[in-house]
Amino acid sequence: MEIKTTVNGRLYKLDIPPNWSLAYVLRKKLGLIGIKLGCETGECGSCTVLLNGEPVNSCLVLGVEADGKEILTIEGLSKNGELHPLQKAFIEHGAVQCGFCTPGMILSAKALLDKNPNPTEQEIREALAGNLCRCTGYVKPVKAILSVRK
Amino acid sequence: MWAGFEYFKPATLKEACLLLAKYKSEATVFAGGTDLLVSMRTGGTKPRYLIDIKAIPELSRIKYENEQLTIGAAVTINALAQSDVIGKKFDIITEATKVFASVQIRNRATIGGNLCRASPSSDMVPPLLVLDAMLTAISDKGERDIPIKDFFIGPERTSLEQGEMLKEIRVPTPPQNMGATFLKVRRTGVDLAVVNVAVAVELSENKFKDVKISLGAVAPTPMRALKAEALLKGEACTDENIERAAEMASSETSPITDVRSTAEYRREVSRVLVKRALKNAIQKVGGR
Repeated sequence: MEIKTTVNGRLYKLDIPPNWSLAYVLRKKLGLIGIKLGCETGECGSCTVLLNGEPVNSCLVLGVEADGKEILTIEGLSKNGELHPLQKAFIEHGAVQCGFCTPGMILSAKALLDKNPNPTEQEIREALAGNLCRCTGYVKPVKAILSVRK
Repeated sequence: MWAGFEYFKPATLKEACLLLAKYKSEATVFAGGTDLLVSMRTGGTKPRYLIDIKAIPELSRIKYENEQLTIGAAVTINALAQSDVIGKKFDIITEATKVFASVQIRNRATIGGNLCRASPSSDMVPPLLVLDAMLTAISDKGERDIPIKDFFIGPERTSLEQGEMLKEIRVPTPPQNMGATFLKVRRTGVDLAVVNVAVAVELSENKFKDVKISLGAVAPTPMRALKAEALLKGEACTDENIERAAEMASSETSPITDVRSTAEYRREVSRVLVKRALKNAIQKVGGR
């Protein structure tokens, strides 16, 4: 099936089979491998992308559902070679260990801050509840996100 | 990647119903996909025809007219969470959306999918049970109303017939003197319920004029604790009466032991949650 979708600000026309997940389409067709495939059952959040601004597990979205929609992945966050403030904060706070959950966490955080530029720690923790880290935990990511509040 | 299927995205209810009538048991309604796509990956579900209902305008609408709330089957849990009218007049629904899985899932999962999946541990069903919601099913032959209490006939089984799909959920505005609350116990932040409880009480001069108690994850379907309700109707709002009703509600459950909890624990938590929910609901409406 043919779809038209805007990914990281660029319009793409793609021909994809209906049984491909959005995660698979973005990785295989567009090479956006910042989207990680973890559980592929909607539990871990490592495939999180923003679909029309809202975080979703791209493993549980059909690629064909992206028709006419806007998608943001971790690759679309930096501008003119400069990292997004959230990316910088994650580095400064050492909020990355193996890095597998990081793209999803940063995108969940971005969606939160876009709606609520000054969230409480509790609101940050709730926004990250669907992003599992198996290395170390959530203290440093939460601190990183707290540091970029407005 | 899933086993191959044909994908349809009808723009009207009529078109969707015709597809359901045409492909019968080989067709599956596809809304949020948060259960269906998982089951297609790990549970052996292999629909040949997926009918995506998210492009049908009336199914994605929340409407409030003539004291009645109408929720289209494809409305997402987050859309419910963000609705002002639901927050003001049906806050028990808002309470349930806040403890429903993760943000990512809430952005996709739909109210209709949650009902039609008929999981005994659904978080959206107990609030709709105590609010006496009415469901509308639609097929190529027409529409019919199903009271929510008659919708669930077993684990993952509903009274929808082949060719029918859920169209909308209608909820009457609760009376002024009704307080309703939803409570849930779970293992971790985003887990399914070990037990959940919804309670609605209508008070008159510190007596229970009407009481509805619903529990999830403690029986083959979400259930009403009718004997506990009967104990309270017409009685005074005393701690003793509340305690007795909570014990009765617990005795009406028939929980199983599974990966999330033991039957014994579920029974005990049922008692505690019903007691707590009754007290919360009474407080909300300004009693005692």
